[in-house]
Amino acid sequence: MSTQDDQTHAVSEQETEGPAAPIILFFIIGFAASLVLGWGIFPKLLYSQKHQPINFNHALHVEEVDDGCESCHYFREDGSFSGIPNLESCMECHEDVIGVSEEEEKFVAEFVVPEREVSWLVYSRQPDCVYFSHAPHVIAGKMACVECHGHIGESDHARVYEENRFTGYSRDIWGKNIAGLAKHPWERMKMDDCSKCHVRENVNQGSVQTQKGGCFVCHK
Amino acid sequence: MKIDRRSFLALAVGGAAGTALTPLPWKLTDDSSIWSQNWPWTPVPEKGENSYAFTSCTLCPGGCGLMVRMVGERAVKIEGLEGHPVNDGGVCVLGLSGLQLLYGSTRVKTPLKRVGKRGQGHWKKISWEAALAEVAEKLGQLRDDNQSHTVACITGSKHGTIPALFKRFMTVYGSPNVMTTPSVGDTLEMALQVMHGVEAQAGYDVENADYILSFGSGLIEGWGAPVRMFRANSAWRENGTKVVQVEPRLSNTAAKSDQWIPINPGTEAALAMGIAHVMMKESLVNNDFVESYTEGYTGWKKMVLDEYAPEKVASITGIDKMVIVKVAREFAGAGKPLALCGRGNGETPGSLAEAMAVHTVNALVGNINQEGGVVAVPIPEYAAWPETGLDNTAQIGMAKDRVDGAGSDAFPLAASLLNRFAAGAMSAKDYPVNALLVSGTNPVYSTPGANDFKKAVEKIPFVVSFSSYMDETAMQADLILPNHVYLERYEDIPVMAGLQKPMVELTQPVVFPMHDTKNAGDAIIELSNAMGGSIGDAFPWESYEACLEETLGDKWDVLSEDGLWEDEAFQPAGWGEAFATASGKFEFMNPDMDLMPSYVPLNLEGNASTFPLLLMPFDSMRLASGFISDPPFVIKAVEDTILKGKDACVEVNPATAKSLGLADGKPATLSTPKGEARVRIYHYHGIMPGVVAIPRGLGHSADDKYMAGKGVNFNELIGPVEDRASGLDMAWGVRAKLAKA
Ligand code: SF4
Repeated sequence: MSTQDDQTHAVSEQETEGPAAPIILFFIIGFAASLVLGWGIFPKLLYSQKHQPINFNHALHVEEVDDGCESCHYFREDGSFSGIPNLESCMECHEDVIGVSEEEEKFVAEFVVPEREVSWLVYSRQPDCVYFSHAPHVIAGKMACVECHGHIGESDHARVYEENRFTGYSRDIWGKNIAGLAKHPWERMKMDDCSKCHVRENVNQGSVQTQKGGCFVCHK
Repeated sequence: MKIDRRSFLALAVGGAAGTALTPLPWKLTDDSSIWSQNWPWTPVPEKGENSYAFTSCTLCPGGCGLMVRMVGERAVKIEGLEGHPVNDGGVCVLGLSGLQLLYGSTRVKTPLKRVGKRGQGHWKKISWEAALAEVAEKLGQLRDDNQSHTVACITGSKHGTIPALFKRFMTVYGSPNVMTTPSVGDTLEMALQVMHGVEAQAGYDVENADYILSFGSGLIEGWGAPVRMFRANSAWRENGTKVVQVEPRLSNTAAKSDQWIPINPGTEAALAMGIAHVMMKESLVNNDFVESYTEGYTGWKKMVLDEYAPEKVASITGIDKMVIVKVAREFAGAGKPLALCGRGNGETPGSLAEAMAVHTVNALVGNINQEGGVVAVPIPEYAAWPETGLDNTAQIGMAKDRVDGAGSDAFPLAASLLNRFAAGAMSAKDYPVNALLVSGTNPVYSTPGANDFKKAVEKIPFVVSFSSYMDETAMQADLILPNHVYLERYEDIPVMAGLQKPMVELTQPVVFPMHDTKNAGDAIIELSNAMGGSIGDAFPWESYEACLEETLGDKWDVLSEDGLWEDEAFQPAGWGEAFATASGKFEFMNPDMDLMPSYVPLNLEGNASTFPLLLMPFDSMRLASGFISDPPFVIKAVEDTILKGKDACVEVNPATAKSLGLADGKPATLSTPKGEARVRIYHYHGIMPGVVAIPRGLGHSADDKYMAGKGVNFNELIGPVEDRASGLDMAWGVRAKLAKA
């Protein structure tokens, strides 16, 4: 009885107000649009593109120096890592223009002469809540630079620096791949990547200072 | 085709499902956690190579050596200097937070001229030239009117080239009115002057003593050189030195001592006399010293035997008679016993008779100028320059009586009586005070009777502050000529904090001056040159640094190299040579001055029926109560039993609180004859019934939002009580009343 009534009612509604859009169509539109947004537009919005103040040529420098990476990125006497050289270190060679490149000319004019530090953008800088020390990795762990930093030493120009608009850190930490997939360590350096290696190599599962495990290794 | 509500729902569901399959939500969650753990506005230290700069701390008289960790030009952390004779790597919480005094918000950044009313805080920036010219003009005018003596000057410390330059300026200008910030050191110096006949500071060989009897000294609460005392305290624990703390309140020092003897407030001298009584009666004294090297012993002994029998002392002090006898025996029986005085952190001078009483306890066991004893340490007097002659005006001015009465017939021993300044300036009995210069101290906050002091300053037509910070005194100034802070300047610091050897330290700049400030030494040299004539002649130096270098002579090389000059060869004088009194001996009594070690009860302000309680202050390492006030890090570290919200807590014994109906944690009104304040009740079993205590160092009205408006300034609740003998303030407390708010 009641079935009969409902059908009659439904038919009459269709007749008076035209055909209803298939719900599935709207579902698909929403679904597809969000996929485009999430995979395509979002990464473009999230990161701003910045350029290094000087288009640095690693390959050229590595050729010229004696000690490879360590010529400029060295350990200080107190064991701390110098990271990106300061102006003083650069000036050991570049007090005046010594080559023919335009970038060097620009470097000398804009930074060396006015004695202004170069505000390099650091691709691999971890957030401030992370305690990272090079010494245990490079000196004690005998790891080569390339293991984490990849083949940066062979590059002949400075890549675009993509800055996360939200956090202010480099895209390199999360990785170029927005899904977070990486083949090599230098393609991504998130917490899981650190711990994966620490677990695999069975090193420092606990903090040196507090002997506590887990978080305290890197978050002091 | 009709688009209806269901279509939108479908779109949204589709969108949500799709979004969940993109990295967007996961990435944003991750980013927001990174962002919230690294707020971009949170300051983080500079990155770069670390280096160390070396200097000395001036935030208290303790004289700690510092190493400041630097990244480039930026100071990022203050640490104690390893191997330094005072602190050997240690540093206190105030010293540690010094960078906030350098980079923080309380600094005066350029010379300022008042534009609004006094205390309103409306200022105009002016140049150094204009500021110095204005001071020179105003002071010049007063001098032309033969009013040079109506100018007064207050400096922080007594010794070193900066106070000496101010004093020299005042002398050639023609005013005797130079005052310094008082402390128990002044009282002890007087005690040595009377009993030893020498000008010296009292040094204590605490490291080598094996029995410590402290009459209320906050041994780990800022007394002496604080970090040195922490170290000594740890050493005492390790080597079994017994520490006996006599104090009405269970302070940190009392809590860490081997024996705490609660005593009726202000009766410590009676206990010292009672102990002397027992030692003399039982022949426990050092006969060699007493018989051969002292004067007036017999008469004094008779007085003590008559007047300070243990029963009587027990009734004054509230300490059991047997405890008194036992402590006296233990003290006399120890190998190297040492008695210490100066309540709390030693910022209040206390009674001279009391300092002498405690000193006598030491003398009776013969530990004067001995290992583990009290040492008369000569005051380094290098900051003395050749006289350059006073002109007529200066001579007339210098011949006038001082506003504070120091050095007068009534107070011949005193060199400065800041506690008497406000009354003198208010009454203008002989003459008014027409101008005031203040350097290195904040007397509007730190002088007992602070409200009266402020009123006196308000009356002075021209006030110049040399403060680096916008403190309470600077707020009352007409002109502020800001000094560099200690991390930006040179200054010599003769350390006068109970060390057993003469020591001078050098504060050296670790960073370039951040603002348009000037070393007070340079300011005074330039001011003198601007005034010219015999005043300018007295300041021949090109700069303060040149003056310092010349003045320190041989010491400069050592100081600029090591930051520290110690008289290595110093040996305390033997008993035969130590005393320069009329008798050439240690004098128990001075009949000329009617002075002797004794118990002089304090005439407490207020009457007992209106104000039934006794209010006393206490000190904490986490509360700076002198020239410097707590930087934000330190005030954060103050316990909530001391400061709760914006209220200072008043410690009340639960029995007293019950009788007054005051519940724990509730607000109350604390009143004394001097003032009234809102406080919060803290039930504390460690304080005697009938006695209440509040912390010193709170209740600032100036400074920044971190410090101002928190708690109450104890100095506004108490007035100075003059010690008849010394003229210094001997008040240790005041009568008070507590009522529900
Ligand atoms: S004890 Fe005094 S001198 Fe030493 S670090 Fe603390 S404030 Fe500075």
